[in-house]
Amino acid sequence: MKTLTLFASLYMALCYLFIFLPVVVLVLFSFQAGNLPVPPLKGLSLRWYLAVFHDARLMGGFGHSLVVGVVSSALSVLLGFLAAYGLARYDMPGKRFIRGIIMLPMAVSYLLVGMGLLVSASALGAAPGLPTVIIGHVVMNMPLAFAICLAQLGEHQRRIEYAARDLGAGTLRVLLTITAPMIAPTLIAAFCMCFTLSWDEFLIAFLNTRFDVTLPVVIWGLLRGGLTPETNAAGALIFLISIGLMLAVEILLLRKRRA
Amino acid sequence: MNRSAWGGVGFTLPALLWILLFFIGPVLLMVAASLHPLTAAGVPSPQWGLGAYRAFFSQPAYVQALIDSVVTTIVVTVLSTVISYPFAWSIACVVPARWQRLALIMAILPFWTSYVVRSYAWLLAISPVGLVNKALLALHLIHRPLMLAYNPHATELGFVHFFLMLNTLTIYASLKQINPRYELAARDLGASSWRAFFGITLPLSMPGVATGAFLTIVLTIGDYVTPQILGGFRQLLLPQLIMMQIQRQLDLASASAMSLILTAIVALAYLGLQRWLRLSRL
Repeated sequence: MKTLTLFASLYMALCYLFIFLPVVVLVLFSFQAGNLPVPPLKGLSLRWYLAVFHDARLMGGFGHSLVVGVVSSALSVLLGFLAAYGLARYDMPGKRFIRGIIMLPMAVSYLLVGMGLLVSASALGAAPGLPTVIIGHVVMNMPLAFAICLAQLGEHQRRIEYAARDLGAGTLRVLLTITAPMIAPTLIAAFCMCFTLSWDEFLIAFLNTRFDVTLPVVIWGLLRGGLTPETNAAGALIFLISIGLMLAVEILLLRKRRA
Repeated sequence: MNRSAWGGVGFTLPALLWILLFFIGPVLLMVAASLHPLTAAGVPSPQWGLGAYRAFFSQPAYVQALIDSVVTTIVVTVLSTVISYPFAWSIACVVPARWQRLALIMAILPFWTSYVVRSYAWLLAISPVGLVNKALLALHLIHRPLMLAYNPHATELGFVHFFLMLNTLTIYASLKQINPRYELAARDLGASSWRAFFGITLPLSMPGVATGAFLTIVLTIGDYVTPQILGGFRQLLLPQLIMMQIQRQLDLASASAMSLILTAIVALAYLGLQRWLRLSRL
């Protein structure tokens, strides 16, 4: 057993090394005082972070990504929650079929959704732009919000909903004043999860925007200009924001489990 | 149907309509577009026809891209599963219970680096002047920088890194759901620890393995960024060809046909893994 533990620890150390290698390279050379994000490290500086904040393209992309992320995640959670509530609280024929249709986008690649929207927009003569990206992100993230909500709508809340109904509350009132507040941490967690996926999504955004591009598409453009520590700084900042959101998810869902 | 059933339909309707209007509808339009191949004049033909598909399968370079995409996907899926299983098992069965959550969070933390930036970070790490080569040179393990980037193996490396994290998560979740008493019972009945693992633990963790493998297949075969940044130009994968159809040829018919061929492969993978898949329980 001792040797097994030793082997396991060694193996885990190697895996962690592999997993963290690109992150270390990314963050370390975002502090590069020189002009290239490769060794040697010519001293530490924050100049590339300043450059990011003064880069109009990056900041514009950040603004677009923020809008796309917030709107698409709010829609994903709203639609996903309603659908999960309907499936968890009502008996109806074809439940499996309805669930299958809603979960369907989880089984296809972003490329198919992005291509579908591109072909449709061009068939309808619609101009490419952020609304199309938002629509695509809801298609990809709503199944996730739906699955998260469905997993949290248990028997415990159902009894409290019955009590509210016995006291005369209507369907909508129960939903808004009883169910939604009770699973609020889940809804916020689902929102954060959808947001981190949406604001970092590349393919759908790349295919369906032309001028109002999102942050990943701006960074894609930066890469064509060659290697610069500015890309590292932008990447490190995105990482920081995503990690912050995921920590929020972790804390929200963990607190819920303990409660 | 009684009144209560209609209420349930009402709640699910917005989500269903969204999927119908913005996913199923557009995919059907793609199917239609792929059946109107471009004419010599560069406009979609008014007649229905399989020209776009025939053109794809009669071009050796395209078929090669399809084969390369499938091979890359298989290599990536097998490697990430084989590497992540012992890792997930170590976290679930060797790490003390109170540290497991932290160990798992650390194992998937770099998952949240930006998607485009992650491939770029690997490029920095393995470029001839990058950290890996500099470290190997300093340790006198090599005398000249290795050409690690801009080839198909660099693409696989980038993919395996990402899916190692994803598969570790799904396999860990599956391992934790197994009642430890099953394995103890097997041991009590005289099974060796290897036999207990292969007879009990491994089969019961298959849902996690299959779910991770399926997500790996879907996301690898449809990815454009990783091969484009890390892969160089000697080997093009199918999504890169699709992008070329859109950007250079303005040929949505061929691009649609290729995307649907790609989706057909994903559907085959789904059918193959279906009996173990638990997509809704991620």
